[in-house]
Amino acid sequence: MSTDLDRTGQEPADNAPASAASTGAPVTGAGVNTATDADMNTGSDAIDTGTGRAPHGNTAAVIEPEPGKRKLSTAKSIQEAIAQEMRADDSVFVMGEDVGPYGGIFSSTTGLIDEFGADRILDTPISESAFIGAGIGAAVEGMRPIVELMFVDFFGVCMDQIYNHMAKIHFESGGNVQVPMVLMTAVGGGYSDGAQHSQALWGTFAHLPGMKVVVPSNPYDAKGLMTAAIRSNDPVVFMFHKGIMGLGWMKKNKRSIGAVPEESYEVPIGKARIAREGTDVTVVTLSLSVHHALDVAEKLEPEGISVEVLDLRSLVPLDRDAIVASVSKTGRLIVVDEDYQSFGLSGEVIASVAERQPELLSHVSRVCMPDVPVPYASQLEHSVLPTATRIESAVRGAVTK
Amino acid sequence: MTLYPELTDEKRRKLLNSMVLIRTYEEAILREYHADKSPGFDIGAGLIPGEMHLSAGQEPVAAGLGAHLTKDDAMTATHRPHHVAIAKGVRLREMTAEIFGRETGLGRGRGGHMHLFDPETHFSCSGIVAEGLPPALGQALAFQRRGGDRVAVAVAGEGAANAGAFHEALNLAALWKLPVVFVIEDNDWGISVPRARSTAVTSNADRGAAYGIPGVRVEENSVEGVYEACGEAVARARAGDGPSLVEVHTLRLWGHFEGDAQGYRTDLEGVPGRDPLPTYKQTLIDRGAMTEKDYDVMTASALEQVEDAIDFAKSSPTPDPAHALDYVFSEGVRS
Ligand SMILES: Cc1ncc(C[n+]2csc(CCOP(=O)(O)OP(=O)(O)O)c2C)c(N)n1
Ligand SMILES: [Mg+2]
Repeated sequence: MSTDLDRTGQEPADNAPASAASTGAPVTGAGVNTATDADMNTGSDAIDTGTGRAPHGNTAAVIEPEPGKRKLSTAKSIQEAIAQEMRADDSVFVMGEDVGPYGGIFSSTTGLIDEFGADRILDTPISESAFIGAGIGAAVEGMRPIVELMFVDFFGVCMDQIYNHMAKIHFESGGNVQVPMVLMTAVGGGYSDGAQHSQALWGTFAHLPGMKVVVPSNPYDAKGLMTAAIRSNDPVVFMFHKGIMGLGWMKKNKRSIGAVPEESYEVPIGKARIAREGTDVTVVTLSLSVHHALDVAEKLEPEGISVEVLDLRSLVPLDRDAIVASVSKTGRLIVVDEDYQSFGLSGEVIASVAERQPELLSHVSRVCMPDVPVPYASQLEHSVLPTATRIESAVRGAVTK
Repeated sequence: MTLYPELTDEKRRKLLNSMVLIRTYEEAILREYHADKSPGFDIGAGLIPGEMHLSAGQEPVAAGLGAHLTKDDAMTATHRPHHVAIAKGVRLREMTAEIFGRETGLGRGRGGHMHLFDPETHFSCSGIVAEGLPPALGQALAFQRRGGDRVAVAVAGEGAANAGAFHEALNLAALWKLPVVFVIEDNDWGISVPRARSTAVTSNADRGAAYGIPGVRVEENSVEGVYEACGEAVARARAGDGPSLVEVHTLRLWGHFEGDAQGYRTDLEGVPGRDPLPTYKQTLIDRGAMTEKDYDVMTASALEQVEDAIDFAKSSPTPDPAHALDYVFSEGVRS
């Protein structure tokens, strides 16, 4: 009776297979890092397990190559980043629910078990406190775990490990203990998965000190940010929206598939990106909402409305300079955020400008998830999500004022 | 199939009838769920969007357990809730309308298939694994305080037995001698992870010993085995003797969720032969407890009820987006 529709590892047809050519060490820049490529390939030899300090940190010079022609889905680009880092550094491993043969419910780990085996791609019981805590312990001892929390909504059962331990150990140890781990998790709604499986919640993590919070919007950034996250000596929460993964079983989004270089590279964590330049109004956003904002910007251009879209790419660190710079050009600020409106990212973005240069702000508005749990019924859900329709009317409202 | 000798044939027909109603329901939801998601498969499309976890193969658990419960008892369930909801007596119309996201649904379309709340039958469920167990303790505590013999039942999958909440709940229930029955549906799989790769013990029933409560494992997906084990557990709770744990070795007949290709599943070949429904039906016919004609009447009646519920759902209004912010608080507070 079950359907033969494949939800596991289905990739868009135009996906090239993961590159086997780029098996070399990650690109870490010229001599900035303490480790040589050879060190990295010998893996744990290079690790000072006493402090958990790992050979390559975020001091590495960043190389963002030209994207090239090869196209990948975001899911595939994440898999590739993980695979390349695993080849280069045997302290990197993955654990989580259904990350093995299934390849991750949202295809973040498809195929990894075939190359790296069950010793490095570990399926776990439904014991999030135990395995996220285990990730912390392994990281403290110099490993570089990537731990998947299947949906961010499940953080409720394991948050203590995350915010009281993962995020505080470096501080509480006076900087003597590092936790180089990645907590990878799926976020977002739009497909009627209800109030416990559709939240963004990045503001909650960003509110709590001690973890970087990374939220890519496209395949190129996803690969580079994942690479940077794995190499970071600090804990990084890597939050991918299900709607940007390019999954075969979810509504297609043309920007979920894009050009991705084959070689390893980092996108620096903490640097926003101008996804589209404009002069009339700044839309500050992230994740799937970048796609909607770009759609609106394209639509309004013929009417002479010029929208600048700023993709934050991370909440922690937040690129406040980029926000202020953009608003100083346009004078109008709209924050589009799929997370709950109050006490979160949108207010923080506005405060970034208000504290530094309040005179810039001739217009401020927000398009967010109002403070309501995500409704199941499609009509309700789409009325509260930051849809293109809502963004468009916010932009019109901003420029006609 | 192991039979429970104390059951009358009439009781047996009732058990089968309950199983038939559940299967008929899940088949109808399966049909409606897939009806408008093609070409391709778009999980967010159609009259029933979102994830869909169906319970086909697990009817024996629901039927055998539900037979001992009244409307006044409480039940908490999981992301796979339809079978136990039906066995608990949740009205099909309102439940179906919720699954279709309609204003007439149990949660006025706000909850969806993993979030069914029915105060009338004290039924609820949650999409977070193992998190239905603790609330059942509180329901049991309320019953205990108020006197009477009402019980609370918490149903969860075998995957949930590795969550902290499971262990905390068992301990607290034992400590406070609460009128609770924990029912674990061991369908061998937690999505793609087989129980052997998730669970350090071979039977979760053994885990009762860690908390000083009885633990029983029912093999063979036997509805009469479930009936017997749950009967004892419920009676024990009603008598004020405290909680029990029952694990049933059941069967996930279909995918974890709809659209699951189950490429990971190593046991698929044997699955059709393990379907509990034809097996139990044949058992009853063979022992003269029922005729084919009785069975036809059963299935016809089930179909009628189920299609009535589907029609009700489909002809109900969708929620008005103007009211998207309602119901966050009972007093209409807004932040
Ligand atoms: C705390 C938590 N972790 C993970 C999930 C994702 N998830 C949903 S169902 C499921 C498997 C549950 O297995 P089991 O308890 O055996 O129930 P079954 O699906 O087999 O009925 C998982 C991992 C979740 N919903 N909640
Ligand atoms: Mg299971």
